[in-house]
Amino acid sequence: MSLTPEEKKKLEEAAKNLRLSIVDVMSWSGGAHVGGSLSAADILAILYFKQLSIFPDKPDDPDRDRFILSKGHAAAGFIPTLAMRGFFPAEELKSFNHFGSPFAMHPDGSKIPGVDASTGSLGHGLPMAVGMGLGARLLKASFKIVCLMGDGECCEGSVWEAAMSLSHFKLLNVIPIIDRNRLMIDGFTEDVMNLEPFADKWRAFGFNVLEINGHDFDELSLALDAAWQAKDKPALILANTIKGKGVDFMENNVKWHYASADSDLARRAKESIQGR
Amino acid sequence: MPVVTGATWTCYDSATMTAREIYGRTLAEMGKANDKIVGLTADLAMTTAIVHFAEAFPDRFFNVGIAEQNMFGIAAGLAKTGFIPFASTMAVFASLRAGEQVRTDIAYQNLPVKIIATHSGISFGHAGVTHHCTEDFSIMRSIANMTVIAPADGIETSKAVRACIDVPGPVYIRIGRGFEPPVYEDENYDFEIGKASIMRDGSDLAIICCGIAVLQSVQAAATLKEQDGLSVRVINMHTIKPIDREAILSAVMDTRRILTIEEHNIIGGLGDAVASVIAESGKGCAFRKHGLQDLFATIGYAEDLYSFYGLDANGIVSKVREMMNLEYEADENWEDD
Repeated sequence: MSLTPEEKKKLEEAAKNLRLSIVDVMSWSGGAHVGGSLSAADILAILYFKQLSIFPDKPDDPDRDRFILSKGHAAAGFIPTLAMRGFFPAEELKSFNHFGSPFAMHPDGSKIPGVDASTGSLGHGLPMAVGMGLGARLLKASFKIVCLMGDGECCEGSVWEAAMSLSHFKLLNVIPIIDRNRLMIDGFTEDVMNLEPFADKWRAFGFNVLEINGHDFDELSLALDAAWQAKDKPALILANTIKGKGVDFMENNVKWHYASADSDLARRAKESIQGR
Repeated sequence: MPVVTGATWTCYDSATMTAREIYGRTLAEMGKANDKIVGLTADLAMTTAIVHFAEAFPDRFFNVGIAEQNMFGIAAGLAKTGFIPFASTMAVFASLRAGEQVRTDIAYQNLPVKIIATHSGISFGHAGVTHHCTEDFSIMRSIANMTVIAPADGIETSKAVRACIDVPGPVYIRIGRGFEPPVYEDENYDFEIGKASIMRDGSDLAIICCGIAVLQSVQAAATLKEQDGLSVRVINMHTIKPIDREAILSAVMDTRRILTIEEHNIIGGLGDAVASVIAESGKGCAFRKHGLQDLFATIGYAEDLYSFYGLDANGIVSKVREMMNLEYEADENWEDD
């Protein structure tokens, strides 16, 4: 179903606040994966403010939808999303990366309410999602498992092992999303290690590939609804995004894969986010 | 947790069944009583004998193809949804190929995944070094939350498989290729994870061993008694982690000579685990680690390799005789603590 204007406005507001929060985390933590967090911000916003069935007051509810941040380095985007959604007070984010904090560069499920899997090492999320999908099927449970991956992450062979098994086991309850921001640490994905024809590779592995603009809430909403209702083959959402999206001087620039922010930089970044 | 009663087939079958065969059947029995048990393999259903579980519970069994990293990730995901996965593959793939998934997905998240690692050590000798695994103790015991067990034979494997379900976190059970002769005659003995079994008492020297070395050490001890009049204690240290410190320190105190034997590199394995306990105790004793001396084994059938590397009874007899000539520094304050 298409988004109502109210829904869309709410999501845009959430995504803007999330981007501001990412900049805060970038300052407080002493350094964060800002580029890949900003590229995923709209995906995180629609998942947590519309799509996922989750219960912040009962984070371990057995019927909740699961979310695995396979690109664990985007914790600087994911963890503030959980705070905004009420899993814990946003004030706690100030401890990010500091001694004894539950929050680090990569999310630890044993320390943070609402984190369904500890991730950070790339290529680990989708296999765990497949396991959760098989578990849900055995339990005859109806929850979905969403796994957000990076495009650079897809260089890892274990991603394709998992892709093969996801489609072999016909796990329509597992929904992989790829944040296709086209940049990895050492440069553009196509220069470092060519991924194209990327969509065709996923199709060849048995997926119904839904290729969309990952910053367009209407497209995201339609793709998620379609994935939720997958019938014959599993869906994969290939979300084309812009690394650093929302902060004009960070967009599509590998320099902002990981960075820290002093007060001046944080102010400029926030101005850019507010200006849009 | 439902109680799993004794495995009836062991009475008549254990002498002819291999450890992995017994593992497969034990798991199939346990599956009846506990519907949370699920089984996984990576194209080694027959080889690891988990096929018995697969036949009994096809819905709870997953063959992921030749993809060990994926298998352990899937096991973690299944555990996250409340299941107790038993994942079987060869030791070298469990500990090395998928070592990071075992550490990060399973141990870091402290999930109750039970890893059944077959073809360990040099038991698959003729397959060559690619299929040997003389590093897994070292890897697995340095992973936090992990329990590491190396049963002496099929009967002990059955006991370990049944006991591991009560361990809340991950367990690594290391077994051989399945042609190892039994040490135990039946299941009528106490098996407790973390508590060593004294196979034979003795006061001149203590052998601390695990896996295939247990039977060979028991035989060696009998020979040494007969031919040399030596009283050799044989300790089956089936749990490498958490290690039974008390059994080690009693052996040091009673015998002052410790020989560790393992089908593993002497670096990082049972010998080093025992050495740490002794060193930290501050008590002196003659000490030797016997195993693969930091080398990749040559090619050959397991029995020939055990003989070549001195891991059979003859080799152990020689090693003990060597050790009886070693000196240790007397400790005047032995009784102080």
